[in-house]
Amino acid sequence: METGSFREALGQELLLMAREYESLVVVTPDLAKSVRIGRFKEMYPNRFISVGVSEADCIGVAAGLATTGLIPVVAAFAMFAVEKPFEQIRNAVAYPCLNVKIFATHAGICVGRDGATHQAIEDIAIMRALPNMTVLAAADATETRTAVRAALRHVGPVYLRLGRDHAETVYDREQEFILGRADILRSGSDVTVIACGLMVAEALKAAVLLDQQGIDATIVNMHSIKPIDEEAIIEAASATGAIVTAEDHTRIGGLGGAVAEVIARACPVPLEQVAIDDRFGESGSQAELYEKYGLTAESIVKAAKRAIARRDCSRRH
Amino acid sequence: MPFDQETVAELQNRSRQIRRDILEMVHAIQSGHPGGSLSIVEILLVLYRKKMRIDPQDPHSQDRDRFVLSKGHCAPALYAVLADMGYFPKEALKESFRRINGMLQGHPDMNKTPGIDMTTGSLGIGLSVGCGMAFGARILGKDFRVYVLTGDGELNEGQVWEAAKTAAHHRLDNLTVIVDANGYQNDGPTRVEMNMEPLAEKWRAFGWDVQEVDGHSIEQLSSAFDQVPAPSGRPTAIICRTVKCKGVSFMEEDKVKYHGTPPDGEQLSQALSELGC
Repeated sequence: METGSFREALGQELLLMAREYESLVVVTPDLAKSVRIGRFKEMYPNRFISVGVSEADCIGVAAGLATTGLIPVVAAFAMFAVEKPFEQIRNAVAYPCLNVKIFATHAGICVGRDGATHQAIEDIAIMRALPNMTVLAAADATETRTAVRAALRHVGPVYLRLGRDHAETVYDREQEFILGRADILRSGSDVTVIACGLMVAEALKAAVLLDQQGIDATIVNMHSIKPIDEEAIIEAASATGAIVTAEDHTRIGGLGGAVAEVIARACPVPLEQVAIDDRFGESGSQAELYEKYGLTAESIVKAAKRAIARRDCSRRH
Repeated sequence: MPFDQETVAELQNRSRQIRRDILEMVHAIQSGHPGGSLSIVEILLVLYRKKMRIDPQDPHSQDRDRFVLSKGHCAPALYAVLADMGYFPKEALKESFRRINGMLQGHPDMNKTPGIDMTTGSLGIGLSVGCGMAFGARILGKDFRVYVLTGDGELNEGQVWEAAKTAAHHRLDNLTVIVDANGYQNDGPTRVEMNMEPLAEKWRAFGWDVQEVDGHSIEQLSSAFDQVPAPSGRPTAIICRTVKCKGVSFMEEDKVKYHGTPPDGEQLSQALSELGC
């Protein structure tokens, strides 16, 4: 499969958007090089602010910029963009509903060799718990671009969760990114896999494996985690009666939690999660980590079969 | 320009009225922080009445000067001054402060109260926000100024110093921090709880122009604000030596208690008679 890089795509798209949005300002806590916005810094020095290694300050500065009508983009690693300065985001961005965009690369254990301290695996849970906050996740490099544009079109705080490099191609061409609307990549009648980020590519691979075994899967890219597409979830849950969620995130409070909240209320069906168990990551390559922590197409296949078995068992009773 | 006698007397009169409003407000709801509100009255009056470029009829003007009450728990003082300026009716002070569905929240809320430029309450964040506003002026080519008021207890927060280095490094000369150095924090005297002295040397070391004034002297405050922006191109820190609970004798005698305790009815009467209003 072809691959792209989340951070290269982010850097390139911000350059394009700088032309479209005169009010776009990038703020970073000494991570311009690492999130590939060096070119932006060179081309738009007056709209680029480095605050040094100070993440709390970074969020406060972004909030202040937003009060003047500018559109600040905080670009950093997920750990340092949202987990370290969470309280500043809560009180100075989300609560006053300021138009701050937080575009974070390096979300999940896909970070790899830097290890657990740099792997944000709780970010979806904490960010979607914030009122006023929109939470997005891009599946590949192409979707990184459309997600950036959707985030900038929206007025209000947005958290965009991105991986690092090695993004398998899900979209060979751009497709409109609509907040609150899921993207149904494949329609099947036996089971629904709802994935986000890098796990979308794994879900598509799982669909092929499942198909070989005579199981027809619906694959949903839930790129808008908040607001979440309730209608799509309920429809898929009613149609297939078995749901699997897949994410590079702890199984507590992430995409799985968000989907579970919807189906528990509106359409209770068996739900299986492919996610990181309640533990921290470690150093290793992305592929090794995904294998060890169960974030693979094979895990999705197994989870799909469990969900189908539970559904069939309850139908028999 | 130095104030004439008349201006000083007018602001002094107003300061008595503002103190009365603060006490009545926290008394009415039996909740809020009188001590640190009473120590910033003159600072707010000099800024809002005489120094800031603002228009209460147009609270969202792009060109207005900005004020961030980083020590947001002292909202009663800010609300009283905003009402006095005409941002909203004075009746709101007693009818709304800290009450359900009220426009005057326990801590300042930019989306609920006209005249509030930034939502605050969690200590340490305001100076970073002020930096962002000051950057905003620079990027937008505007000449507005930004004032951030912090407490001296608040200076314990690491983020204040993160912001201090950002403002100095980027030479945000349109930014002024005002430190309400009333010498007390929640648990007790700052020298006992967490000593941050020498304050002036700290700000200077971070690359700021520093002035130290009597924070209850209208003349000294006025002349300090007149020296902004500093010719050096540095941001300005004005360290205001103040008295927590200023103006009410029994409160000044028990500053730790009156950090967050409102007066009862009898105490309110005594306080108002002391203030002579």
